[in-house]
Amino acid sequence: MTEKHPIKQVPGFTAEELVSKIGFCAQLKGGVIMDVVNAEQARIAEEAGACAVMALERVPADIRKHGGVARASDPDMIVGIQKAVSIPVMAKVRIGHFVEAQMLEAMEVDCIDESEVLTPADEQFQIDKRVFKTPFVCGCRDLGEALRRIHEGAAMIRTKGEAGTGNVVEAVRHMRALMSQIRELRGMDDKQLEKKATELRVPCELVAWVAESQRLPVPNFSAGGIATPADAALMMQLGAQAVFVGSGIFKSGDPQKRARAIVRAVTHFEDPKVLIEVSKGLGEPMVGIDINTLPAHERLAGRGH
Amino acid sequence: MVTEPLVGVLALQGDFLDHEAALQAHGLRTRQLRSAPDLVGIDALVLPGGESTTMLTLLGVEGLWGPLGEVLHTGLPVLATCAGMILLAERVENPSQRSYGLLPITVVRNGYGRQLHSGSFVLQSEVLPRGTTGTFIRAPRITAVGSDCTVLARRGDDPVLVQKGAVLAACFHPELQEDHPVTALFAAQVRARCGGAAVATTRAQALA
Repeated sequence: MTEKHPIKQVPGFTAEELVSKIGFCAQLKGGVIMDVVNAEQARIAEEAGACAVMALERVPADIRKHGGVARASDPDMIVGIQKAVSIPVMAKVRIGHFVEAQMLEAMEVDCIDESEVLTPADEQFQIDKRVFKTPFVCGCRDLGEALRRIHEGAAMIRTKGEAGTGNVVEAVRHMRALMSQIRELRGMDDKQLEKKATELRVPCELVAWVAESQRLPVPNFSAGGIATPADAALMMQLGAQAVFVGSGIFKSGDPQKRARAIVRAVTHFEDPKVLIEVSKGLGEPMVGIDINTLPAHERLAGRGH
Repeated sequence: MVTEPLVGVLALQGDFLDHEAALQAHGLRTRQLRSAPDLVGIDALVLPGGESTTMLTLLGVEGLWGPLGEVLHTGLPVLATCAGMILLAERVENPSQRSYGLLPITVVRNGYGRQLHSGSFVLQSEVLPRGTTGTFIRAPRITAVGSDCTVLARRGDDPVLVQKGAVLAACFHPELQEDHPVTALFAAQVRARCGGAAVATTRAQALA
């Protein structure tokens, strides 16, 4: 059997960007990236087997609770976390806030999340991620949003989900939309692909690439509302290659145990026996929020375009 | 009927799928390894890149540390890249951590710096084609090599591809590049070492 090589030429990416940016993201596959707010949590995450940590001042559940403008974190806090662990450290910037991104790059953060969880800084433009050497991850709700971010230079895509709710329903909606829209491209002729590209506002060659390869040209992860090992395995079975867990771990009763359980669940995402074993006696999960009770202005996934 | 050699790829975390695709392009069969029973019947082994701390944690939790060590000591062909190489090193620094010690090398984790310093670099080698590059991602740096370990390629002065017996280890990621010569080199070693006997064993186990 000859399978096409996973990292082949992708429209808009130089060969160097392909291997170093996408190559970095590829190393995180099959892993769990955990939100942490201090060095102690970062160490717990690393010991539990996290493949990276996301350094931020408040987890999404608290951002939701406290309101106000959420911005990039205090550099001191990020440096403290970088010193505490040997695994990659990511951090978030506001949508469109390229100066926050310049600062994170100068601090040698391993990956930048241009995130809807923080308050957007620009309602018209997202960051031109091509000019950075640091890989970026961006959220999406569907194929169009994913491809627009990739066209801007994102080296990794994650579902947006609805962060800080402990409710996986939006992440599922976004992953299903993405995967089914990729399948819909199969068998389209040149004219149809051109029309699709216009509709999605991206170059036709990018759409044609996805139509032929039947996947995104960059790693495809999931985030937003994952709270249990079963949630993580669900996202993996739906097509995610790794998961981000935000509030789900450190807002639960026993973060250490839950972190370990979710790490194992991602490795064995197709093995219900392991999932049963790791789900036993985890203590209280984070309290969830029914998405339907959230007023439109409190939904983070609507940020960005 | 001749069966192609079966390469087990450690699939606890990391870019194991890229390794599988690269090996399959050379006509080899692959199997993902997540627990001890998966080790039965493999002819060769790949320890991929990813996070070595994640892999170490899971090797412990899955009860795989011992069984994998036994398989490693049988002398089957092994390709270990990046985090995989760290698992095999005799000595690991920054920080120090548990390893199999199969390769007489000292490695410093993230020895070339954080992701900002990742990239492709031309390798100096007598065995690889001229101009071959390696992709280094937060790569480990080899700072000492034992006398019974052969250096096959260097990046500047640093050894980055080493071999001892059937074990081939790289600081970089051949699986990220199409048709990388290191993948070809490993595939050739698997075929040479597996010859008839190992493949016959695999078939016997498959039939059992």
